[in-house]
Amino acid sequence: MTEASTAAKPIPVTVLTGYLGAGKTTLLNRILTEAHGKKYAVIVNEFGEIGIDNDLIVESDEEIYEMNNGCVCCTVRGDLIRVVEGLMRRPGRFDAIIVETTGLADPVPVAQTFFMDDDVRAKTELDAVIALVDAKHLPLRLKDSREAEDQIAFADVVLLNKTDLVTPEELAKIEATVRAINPSARIHRTERSNIDLTKVLNQGAFNLERALENEPHFLDHDDHHDHDHACGPDCTHDHHHHDHDHHHHDHDHHGHDHHHHDHAPSPIHDVTVQSVSLRGGEMNPDRFFPWIQKITQTEGPNILRLKGIIAFKGDADRYVVQGVHMIIEGDHQRAWKDGEKRESRLVFIGRELDKEKLERTFNACAA
Amino acid sequence: MPTVAPLDLEGHVAGVAFLGDVPFFAESSGLIHRLDHGHKTVEAHEGLLSCIRDDATETLLTGGEDGKVLRIRADGTASEIANVPRKWISQVAAGPQGAVAYAYGKTAHVRLADGTVKDFTEERTVEGIAFAPKGLRIAVARYNGVSLHWVGIAGQPVDLEWKGAHTGVTFSPDGRFVVTSMQENALHGWKLDTKPGAETRHMRMTGYPAKIKSVSWSAKGKWLASSGAPAAIVWPFQAKDGPMGKAPLELGTRANIMVTQVCCHPAEEIAAIGYADGMIMVVRFTDSKEVLLRRPGKGAITAMAWNKTGRQLAFGSEAGDSGVVDIAG
Repeated sequence: MTEASTAAKPIPVTVLTGYLGAGKTTLLNRILTEAHGKKYAVIVNEFGEIGIDNDLIVESDEEIYEMNNGCVCCTVRGDLIRVVEGLMRRPGRFDAIIVETTGLADPVPVAQTFFMDDDVRAKTELDAVIALVDAKHLPLRLKDSREAEDQIAFADVVLLNKTDLVTPEELAKIEATVRAINPSARIHRTERSNIDLTKVLNQGAFNLERALENEPHFLDHDDHHDHDHACGPDCTHDHHHHDHDHHHHDHDHHGHDHHHHDHAPSPIHDVTVQSVSLRGGEMNPDRFFPWIQKITQTEGPNILRLKGIIAFKGDADRYVVQGVHMIIEGDHQRAWKDGEKRESRLVFIGRELDKEKLERTFNACAA
Repeated sequence: MPTVAPLDLEGHVAGVAFLGDVPFFAESSGLIHRLDHGHKTVEAHEGLLSCIRDDATETLLTGGEDGKVLRIRADGTASEIANVPRKWISQVAAGPQGAVAYAYGKTAHVRLADGTVKDFTEERTVEGIAFAPKGLRIAVARYNGVSLHWVGIAGQPVDLEWKGAHTGVTFSPDGRFVVTSMQENALHGWKLDTKPGAETRHMRMTGYPAKIKSVSWSAKGKWLASSGAPAAIVWPFQAKDGPMGKAPLELGTRANIMVTQVCCHPAEEIAAIGYADGMIMVVRFTDSKEVLLRRPGKGAITAMAWNKTGRQLAFGSEAGDSGVVDIAG
């Protein structure tokens, strides 16, 4: 091994979530067998139906650690720390790591492992959280489990799978439900997990430089050209679905806003996750940073994800932030382009979020 | 002047040890190298996760990604102690009279010299195993503490509880203390020789900027050296209550280079200290005097071991650049 490879760039990690029967194993088998020229190490809970004999498939018992810092949401996966450390001792064997979770798994500790453990963080980089959703059974899942909802709320990419088993009307309703739970995820409709793997792997969803470049439904909604371009011609996603605008002008789906009843899915009683989107002009960093720190400290347990782009007064660069529960990170991303509107946008996905208070306190950070 | 005989290997070195005068270097790839009248190599595992020295039998014990536990003799021959297909064996420990402990999942297994295997199942994953210095007894590190089991006697374990994830465990050489390394940049210790019924005596050893991957007891267990800081942190264990209320020594302090491995000398109160940049120093406890053994190399030091006389130190790194230092030159 050379010195250069010792300081190699971090190995990307994709997290695959989804209820039992949603199609995770089918997708994994495709990733492992298709000729894409990449090698993947896969961490699974059970070898189960993966019909491939590959010494880079590692079985691991989900082991949740609570961190001893008094914070109930600061959880990591101890087994992943161990397995990733072992894998990274021989990094030349694979190009990326995929973590498959059990159907009932909470995706948060998995993701937090890649931020909270220094050794894991030094060698790997969380690429994206993918949720597979069984279009046929989602309504039932949402009724009986909070995990199914959490997986969607937390995802960067949602594969709405088994679309052949439902009618177009049912599918539209399911997609609207997913959108209501998570307005910022990219949704792809699939049958038998049949998706162009470039839409699943190497997404850079947690990479501050890339994370917010191509968010179709959250950040670049004023620019349809960018959106279409990002998805590509083969995209199975309905770019102009009926409630597109709805999601950008009123994000409080949880509140069942009545003036939007024409567009919103009929009140979704089993959805407990909500999102709050905030928009403003230029911000004062001396107010914004203490505010976001305080919000994530006090509301952290209720925040599943947060993402945003902030325009600071007098700053030539866009500032991007993202967070998981109480973990927050931010950095300058790139210069604001000529003619680009200098505005600040922030979305929170979580539970029991006080929209009015978030809006008011966010607006108070204006420059 | 110390002299270094280098041995350049391909990849991460997971363990080094001397068997007699022969240094062994176990690579994570599964290759085990030894310098015995020339460089010799055996392919032991398809992926090696752990390698320790069994003092009772003068052999190596290894665990692998291939689910095997092997005993490697001084001539390089291997015999299989366990084979659990598709399980990673990252924990092995050597006990008295050829007893071997290993773990996967929530169960620790102890294989006695006669081939019988005893199982000890915990509620959570077994993260570390150590044999007590006297008697056939093991300590098992797991979430929220340590379980102590007598191997030959059926019965309830003694549970040493402390909230948090315990990722490794060691007994003091006199058997009076059990110390764990934790997920949260700390060591935790329990005093075992308290009177029956007396309150459990805890030792919290904190203040580290990083996780502690390496600990080493000095001769007769008077000190416990540890990594996890830009200096070796060495706790005093001479007193009845161990390090309670006492400050540790900080040896070999460097501005911002972390210590990754520590290895106390078999006789003297000195320790070899390996750093993230591949440098190795030896430092005396009494006056903190430092001697450079090896200049920075290609990667962090991941393993070190003294020979029996304490004249030679074998080392390995994450980049494979390894070797043997002769401290007398």
